Amino acid sequence: MKHELSFEKLYPQSPEVVWRALTDSAALGQWLMENDFEPRPGHCFHFRLKSRLGFERLIPCQVLKVDEPRLLQYTWGSKGSIVTFRLEATNGGTRLRLEHTGFGGVRGHAFGWLLSHGWARKIHELLPAVLADMAALKG
Amino acid sequence: MLTRNASSDVFYAVADPTRRALLDLLAEREEPVGSLAAHFATSRPAISQHLAVLLRTRLVKVRRVGRQRHYCLQPKPLEQIDNWVALYEHFWTKKLDALGEHLRRGK
Repeated sequence: MKHELSFEKLYPQSPEVVWRALTDSAALGQWLMENDFEPRPGHCFHFRLKSRLGFERLIPCQVLKVDEPRLLQYTWGSKGSIVTFRLEATNGGTRLRLEHTGFGGVRGHAFGWLLSHGWARKIHELLPAVLADMAALKG
Repeated sequence: MLTRNASSDVFYAVADPTRRALLDLLAEREEPVGSLAAHFATSRPAISQHLAVLLRTRLVKVRRVGRQRHYCLQPKPLEQIDNWVALYEHFWTKKLDALGEHLRRGK
């Protein structure tokens, strides 16, 4: 089941180096978003999301867990979804696992339902059939 | 984010457990309102109301079979829910690439 997003990526740098990129506010600002992050459980901070058209939105977050250099977790946005980074040393590099879970609200529910009932599969199975029907009717 | 009319929003439509159950039933086969209502403890008018919401959202359509109105599933709007998640997937995939680039530059 996949109403939790998860990603995995290998980086040739050590977990300590990757950890710094995840927890140093200035570094984080370079690859993720501008922020006032501090690696301290309970710390409330914001990411500043800038759209290409120049609109800005603040994403309120709060640090939940800091276990250097293995695990970093914070809440994401006012609906309280959770972002977790897990770092694991591998052949001189780092395997980084990112999970974005706990999507709440109407959207989160909708998504959870969609996946828990195999709707994602159903959409992909049903849609071509529906489209074929329509094409047949037109033809 | 733009405010959308809640009554035609697919997220709103599937937020209700009865409407979700209706969609589950209609995924199996098309049915008239009477036989749909028989699956629920709620009144038939209440089921009609729920079907009206699904109609507005274009999650179902009506097909006339003789004198009966059969409700059929139209799954296309459900893609909006999928797309919403795809935005997050796209966002994180891009950001993790940016992290790799940041690390590569060593600063």
